[in-house]
Amino acid sequence: MGRYITRRASYCLLSLFLLSLTIFFFVRVTGDPAALLVEPGASADDIAAIHHQFGLDRPLWVQYGLFMWSLFHGDLGKSFYYQTPVFELYMSRLPNSLTLAAVAMVFSLVVGIPSGILASVRVGRFWDSAGKMFALLGLSLPSFWVGLILILLFSVYLKWLPSSGAGTPLHLIMPAFALGWYFAAAHMRLTRSSMLEVLGSEYIKLARLKGLPEALVIAKHAFKNALIPVITLAGINLVIMVNVAVVVETVFAWPGIGRLLYEGITFRDFPVVQGVVLLGGAMIVVVNLMVDILYAVIDPRIRLER
Amino acid sequence: MAGEPLLRLDKLSTHYIAGGGLRVVRAVDEVSLTVNAGETLGIVGESGSGKSTLALTMMRVLPMAAKIVGGHMWFEGEDLVQKTDAEMREIRGKRIAMVLQDPMASLNPLFTIGNQIAEPIQVHEKVSRATAWERARALLKAVRIPSPETRVRQFPHEMSGGMRQRIVGAIGMSCEPRLLIADEPTTSLDLTIQAQYLNLLRDLQREHGLALIFITHNLGIVAKMCDQLAVMYAGRLVESGPVSRVFNAPQHPYTKALLNSIPRMGDRDHRLTAIAGQPPDLSALPRGCAFAQRCPQAFDRCRAEAPPPVSYPAPGQTARCWLVEDAPAEAVPVLAGAAV
Amino acid sequence: MTTPADIIALPSQPPRERARRRRIRIGDFPVIPTAILLVITLVAIFANQLAPHNPEIGSLTMRFKPPFWQTGGSMKYLLGTDQLGRDVLSRLIFGARVSMVVGIMAVLVAGVVGTMLGILSGYLGGWVDQVIMRITDTWLALPALTFAIFLAAIVGPSMWNIVIILGVTYWTRYARVIRGEVLSLREREFVRLAIVAGCSKWSIMARHILPNVINSAIVLGSLMLGVVIITEATLSFLGVGVPPPQPAWGLMLSDGKQGLMVGYWWLTVFPGLCIMLMVLSANLLGDWLRVKLDPQLRQL
Repeated sequence: MGRYITRRASYCLLSLFLLSLTIFFFVRVTGDPAALLVEPGASADDIAAIHHQFGLDRPLWVQYGLFMWSLFHGDLGKSFYYQTPVFELYMSRLPNSLTLAAVAMVFSLVVGIPSGILASVRVGRFWDSAGKMFALLGLSLPSFWVGLILILLFSVYLKWLPSSGAGTPLHLIMPAFALGWYFAAAHMRLTRSSMLEVLGSEYIKLARLKGLPEALVIAKHAFKNALIPVITLAGINLVIMVNVAVVVETVFAWPGIGRLLYEGITFRDFPVVQGVVLLGGAMIVVVNLMVDILYAVIDPRIRLER
Repeated sequence: MAGEPLLRLDKLSTHYIAGGGLRVVRAVDEVSLTVNAGETLGIVGESGSGKSTLALTMMRVLPMAAKIVGGHMWFEGEDLVQKTDAEMREIRGKRIAMVLQDPMASLNPLFTIGNQIAEPIQVHEKVSRATAWERARALLKAVRIPSPETRVRQFPHEMSGGMRQRIVGAIGMSCEPRLLIADEPTTSLDLTIQAQYLNLLRDLQREHGLALIFITHNLGIVAKMCDQLAVMYAGRLVESGPVSRVFNAPQHPYTKALLNSIPRMGDRDHRLTAIAGQPPDLSALPRGCAFAQRCPQAFDRCRAEAPPPVSYPAPGQTARCWLVEDAPAEAVPVLAGAAV
Repeated sequence: MTTPADIIALPSQPPRERARRRRIRIGDFPVIPTAILLVITLVAIFANQLAPHNPEIGSLTMRFKPPFWQTGGSMKYLLGTDQLGRDVLSRLIFGARVSMVVGIMAVLVAGVVGTMLGILSGYLGGWVDQVIMRITDTWLALPALTFAIFLAAIVGPSMWNIVIILGVTYWTRYARVIRGEVLSLREREFVRLAIVAGCSKWSIMARHILPNVINSAIVLGSLMLGVVIITEATLSFLGVGVPPPQPAWGLMLSDGKQGLMVGYWWLTVFPGLCIMLMVLSANLLGDWLRVKLDPQLRQL
């Protein structure tokens, strides 16, 4: 297992490196870096100072070096709007996003996995068709629209739930639902197809041949095997949720990093935008690594991989 | 060998229904055969002859598209075709067990060997976990796996192919069934291990008075291990009888051709003989005998009309062919309680 | 004994390897989704003729009028008006144009680029493959939305920028899948025959590989259409999509948010329904295509 982890860890590092390279590349090459890195309404002197600070007149690889150097020191620039270091800002908002994502993830798993299992066991019949419909809706409705409709229903008409902000569990319900909705459908789909594949395997046939009750066959033999890809996906999806929550957080004014990104876009606060994207991507890569390790723990076959 | 046969199939038919009822594949077509206690039966045939489906039919573990459409399966006096699912579950693994072809695929990769062997014992005999694991260790020893105490906690991928095959055998034997069905048990094994495994099965059979059904395409195994032989073609049973009799005096042209096609030592001058043509599409069987197109002895009646499911050319032997006539009436075996 | 047959019967041969395309049977053809998509396309094309009002100019005296069946509504503004007095129906109609154009163009861009790179990567292998795959992996690591937002923030919004951005964001999905197919195609006999016959790499890729991956590309395209449209709507909602005053459904939703708390529901419900209809239809069509054209793509 040691070698497996080392290998995965080195992939992780490589990906992080490439990520920073990509971000760097896009900023320097496609946009006008000076315009982006400068506060709106800056004078010519300011622009010159920025040029110097970021070495915009120096060769690209030098610029990249400077960029990486500041990254290693946790310096992602300073937000124009908030006048605080981006890293600090990000970290202060991250817990909120994680809370939201965690609740949304629980929701998506609680709905997705059982319905996926049910659909697979009742293939072709009612529950499967219902599940397919649910999956389709989940993938076809934008999360922010779900959020808006929820607000319409529960805040405006029924007046049961608060429409924005954070603070009480009540504030969490609608955003978590809107965010988790799409992923519930995705998890249901994956659980279903994973279960179907497992149910067609030889060891399930043998389990039935042993005369085991069907419930045991499904709950013990099929479930654990089918769960592996789902857990993997769920782990990665958690981080993805944090990142794509940008719209849901905007709709509900939830103070997380998604909303931070929105503010960054709206106020043309580029360091914030760059920081959020960079850190978001880095988080995903790291979590991928952690999920790979988790994989090794669950599946004994991997533990002994040469 | 007097008394009730252990297992008697009576015109058993299993069809696969696909395309919403439009395509019917007659995987098993009116098969009748008998297995007595302690006996070994070999079922041979090409791929697609229906032998695996027959085995799954006997266990009633068929895929959703397949249905038993006719016939009876008498096991220890009870008709398995009429049993409910719950009743079959009692029988499966406990009174009739089956060993599948690919031992690596048959074992659940996420659970220990001990867990998988102890499981049917716990379910069928309702003993404690400790007792079941004790039995599992004993079973591993019985199938000659070294150091069973350590092995019992290991996972399938940590075993060699030969060991896995024995483990699957141990699972089959775990509740001491009366009948064990082995589907191509040696196909995935190296030659050197095959012999060991077959000897093991024979020893287990003698110790427990077990009846064995071997499903195979390897006539060598049949010659070595089996008392009785059944030959399948296109879902139909074309010949059955004691092994020596069928080998020496095959009645059905297909059997004759099969036996002919085995290369023999020292026979270097002859080209390998094979049977011309292909097995028929089971969803579009010709009107007459299924083998007529490839049969060197076919005549008009063969193509027009399918021969009756069973003819008795000699006591204990059956064949499905127009060329074969029933022996004189006194020689036809009368089975207790049977309607022929 | 019977006369032994002289003919050596060879084991049944695999069907001849050649480019094969499944025929599309008109069985369970998804009529309604296709019809919906066609209607939307027609609406997009004939927006000028169909829209009752100018979508970009409104009269401030007519702000926040509800749909015609509610009190205060009128037949003049069938689905109501927005905060600037602009007719919702007209904006929806013109919004269809944005969604359709951006959607189809982005899918085409992503598809063409992704397929080409996928073929190159899968067939040529070696460092070309490594480079393309590393890039793909990296881009796939970032969620599409985040990446698209990032790019939009850099280059600034305009319809064509959005198309390019979406194309750039999504080509990796094509590349991955197509590469996988090419890897297995590469081993097939007809490709080997072509190599032995002396065809150049490029001609093999163009004449043998490409026609066989078109099916997958088409299926992927139809599935991607829905995703792209949602992303475009999301970008518009966040303000980095197609810039105003051009109407886009996502933008309408963003505008409509102001009126939401006061109960001006039509500004939210109608644009969202349009998005939903379009995406749902695209997904249904894509699912059907996937089943018909290539059951190997189950995992998509």
